[in-house]
This record gives sequence, C-alpha cells and structure tokens, in this order.
Amino acid sequence: MTTYQPAIHFKDVRYSIDGKPILGPITGSFPAGRITTLVGPSGAGKTTVLKLCNGLLSPDSGEILVQGHPVESMEPTALRRKVGMALQDAPMVSGSVYDNLALPLRLQKKELSEADAVSWLEDVGLSSEYLHKKATELSGGQRQKVSIARTLVNRSDILLMDEITSALDRGSRREIESLVTRINEKYGTSIIWITHNLEQAISIGDYTWVLIAGELVETGESRILEDPTDERVRRFVKGELK
Amino acid sequence: MSPIALSLTLIFVLIPLFLSRTLNLGLEKDTVIATVRSIIQLFAVGYILKFVFDSDSYIYILLMIALMIFAAVHNASKKGKAIPGIIWKITVTIIAVEVLTQGILLGFGIVPATAQYIIPISGMVVGNSMVLSILFLNRFTSEMDAHRNRTELILSLGGTPKQAVHSQLTDAIKASTIPTIESQKTMGLVQLPGMMSGQIIAGADPVQAVQFQLLILFLLLTTAVVSSILLGFLSYPSLFNERMQMIRQTNE
Ligand SMILES: Nc1ncnc2c1ncn2[C@@H]1O[C@H](COP(=O)(O)OP(=O)(O)O)[C@@H](O)[C@H]1O
Ligand SMILES: [Mg+2]
Repeated sequence: MTTYQPAIHFKDVRYSIDGKPILGPITGSFPAGRITTLVGPSGAGKTTVLKLCNGLLSPDSGEILVQGHPVESMEPTALRRKVGMALQDAPMVSGSVYDNLALPLRLQKKELSEADAVSWLEDVGLSSEYLHKKATELSGGQRQKVSIARTLVNRSDILLMDEITSALDRGSRREIESLVTRINEKYGTSIIWITHNLEQAISIGDYTWVLIAGELVETGESRILEDPTDERVRRFVKGELK
Repeated sequence: MSPIALSLTLIFVLIPLFLSRTLNLGLEKDTVIATVRSIIQLFAVGYILKFVFDSDSYIYILLMIALMIFAAVHNASKKGKAIPGIIWKITVTIIAVEVLTQGILLGFGIVPATAQYIIPISGMVVGNSMVLSILFLNRFTSEMDAHRNRTELILSLGGTPKQAVHSQLTDAIKASTIPTIESQKTMGLVQLPGMMSGQIIAGADPVQAVQFQLLILFLLLTTAVVSSILLGFLSYPSLFNERMQMIRQTNE
C-alpha cells in the first residue's frame, strides 16, 4: 500500500526470432490493480509482449519483473498460474465444456465441482446447459467465453487477454467488458488487454501501451489515444497504419 | 532349388521389363538396379549367415545384430530430423527392444540360444522396431504441428511439458501401433505370413510353422508397443527448454 509497485515491469527488453528483431528495447510498466489496454497495428508484437509476461517466451536481453520478482527466478508453472492468459484463438481441448473448465485444476491433480463450473459459466454469461456440450460444437463467441472462464479458474493475480472480444458481437462484447471490469474491481486483479478496437481501449482501459513495429511508442492514461501527440500514434489512431 | 530353376526365376523380371519397354513406362532402369541389388545383397547375407552359423561364435552373432541395428537406426533417423538428438534416441529404443525380447526368449528358453534362431528373430524385431519408429515419428511430429495451440494452452494454464504433449503423444502411440494389431486380426485369413509360407515351402510341418509364426506375431506386438512408447517418452522432452517453453523448430 505504501510503495507503488507495478504488476509487471519491462526493463530494456528485447526479443528476436532467428536473429530478426521483433521487439524492443522496451521499458515500461503495467500498473497493479488496473486495466491496461495494449494497442498497435497487427504484427507490432502485442502477443509477444503477453507471452513474455507469463514466461511462454523469454527475452533475449533485459529484465521482466512480475510483482517485483524477475521472471526467471520463478518456477514456470507457478508464474503461469499467477499470470493467467486467454489465448487469441481460444483453443479448446477435446471433450466437454466442463472438461475445459476443469483443465487448470486437473493439471494440478485437483477437481472442479460442477457447481463451481456452473458459476464460472454464469460469470461469463453462459447458462448451465452449456456445461456438458462438446467444446467443438460451440460458436466462436461461446468458445471465447469458455476460454475466459477457464483462465479465471486459476484465480490469477494478473490476467492477460489477447483480443478476446474480436470474435464477439456487440452484446457479448459488452458482457465480457463488464465481467472483466468487475473482476478487476472485486479482486484487484491487474489486467493487460490487447484490443484492436480503439474505442474499447479507451473506454475499458485505465492505462494504455501503444506498440508500433516492436517499439513502445506511447504509454499513459488511456485518453492519450483521444488526442495523441506522437505522430506515429496519431497516424495509427487515424487508421493510416493497419 | 536347382541352378536352372533359379535362373528361370528371372522370367519374373523379364515380364515387367518387357511391359515397361512396350508401354513406355520408364521402369527399366529401376527394375534392373533393384534386381541386381537384391541378388547381390541377399546372396551376401546368405553366405554371411552360413559363415556365422558354421563358426558358432557369439562374437559374430553380436556383430550381425549390431550391423542390423546400425542400418535400422540410419534408416529411421532420416525420417525424424525435426527432433533434436533423434539418432541416439532411436538407437536406445531399438537396442532396448532387442534386449527385452531376446532376454525373454532366451531367458525362458522359449527358443534355443543358437545363431539359427537369434539372428532371424532379431532381424524381424529390429526391422519392425525401425518401421514403428518411423511411423511414430511421422505421426508425432504431425500431431505436434497440428495441435501447437493446444500445447501452448496447457503450458499457459500452468501445465508441464509432459501434460502439454500428453494427448498428442498417446494419439501418436495409438496410431502407430494400431496397424500391427489390426493386421494380426486377419492373419491367416487374408494372407499367409511370409515367414510361415517360406517354412512350409522349405518343407516344414505346417502346424510347427504356425507355432513359430505365432511366436513372431506376439513378439512383434511387444516390439510395436514398446518401441513407440519408449521413443515417445525419449523424444518429447527435447521439444521444450528448461523454462518449459516450446522450442521453435527451424523450418525443416
Ligand atoms: N512463430 C513465429 N515465427 C516467425 N515470426 C513470428 C512468429 N511469431 C511471431 N512472429 C512475428 O513477430 C512479429 C510480432 O508478432 P505478434 O506478437 O504476434 O504481433 P501482434 O500480436 O501485435 O499481431 C510479427 O511480425 C510476426 O510475423
Ligand atoms: Mg496477436
């Protein structure tokens, strides 16, 4: 409470693939207990930033601190439970919706009660009748919702959301937005949310990172997007960088 | 077989040569190469086996088996390049299967410990272990490619690499061993197994030929299942690093 500590801090982080620079150097923070929206043209490196946060990838150089601890000092499975992630394409394991919701606990040899599973489902706006549906029979939007619910089961301190509402209609998008806001307010969960919807980035975000071509060109309160000073951000907001 | 009879078998080579020539199939060159190679290789093996049988020395038996394993590993590892260190993993697999099966056969006295039994049976075990290794590796790498996002999902939920590959691994093990199990169901109905046919032609009692064939079939069940499971558990860890991250496979 007394000292301010970011949920995640990047210090001179670089990442490359086969010698080709993808990111960085990036220095910046994701504030604790708040919603940070991460925007930028496709291919800018947004997904890469999230995967660096939960240790699915490691930086070539630089340091990433999660709640003040260097990521490489943390056990990978513990880090990934602390920093949960909803993947972009919402992959499902074969089996029912219940099997997918129970997966995070089964990986720890624990079980999820049906009642708990139903309450997670209701949290994301799906009724209990979905519980025993086959995961492969869900629509795109329903799959995203199950994917979000499944990520919530680990009760992470930090949640990474990769374009989770892109496939949803307006109504479902609103449901998910209010759900994530509620989780953020109720549990103080820090949220990092990639979106290509700038309106959403401003309305849902407290804070925003703008990433362009692997470079962190702007960070600050989300309303920086309303009237950007940086020329590249201005062009991105106008839709000139796709 | 008399030398004349043996020479007459070449008629079965001349027929495809003639047809290929008249129909312009372009198969002549490969047919001739295949014929010459099979004649040389099989006679060479025949004389080597005769020498080994006559010498009655375990050194030569071991040497023969080592040679078979070397050739099998060489062949199988060409198919599994996507997995680091695949050569020694296949070597360990084939040696382990050979030691296990011969250990049981000789340990329980199921067959006599002579070159006449050890070498042909080893040949079948090593050959099948090789085929299974290739089948398994093909299947496993394509399962891993097809379900990359599932692997990533399980890692991202806090699963270990073993948990992340579990369903791809078991699918590949099942898929590669099913042909062996299925083919045994129709054995004797659709086809007579090659070894049994050969024994019967060579004058063995059909019932005794069947008994040996059963031994081989059961042996190959163990070979198939143990080969793909062992190779599976040896190969999946090298797809991940010590931070439990998927190692990017550089494009072929
Ligand atoms: N597995 C990969 N192989 C090669 N290039 C990749 C791979 N993953 C990502 N990249 C490249 O890294 C860059 C950043 O990707 P990503 O982080 O997914 O961007 P974003 O999420 O902003 O669209 C892109 O240029 C992409 O082509
Ligand atoms: Mg992305």
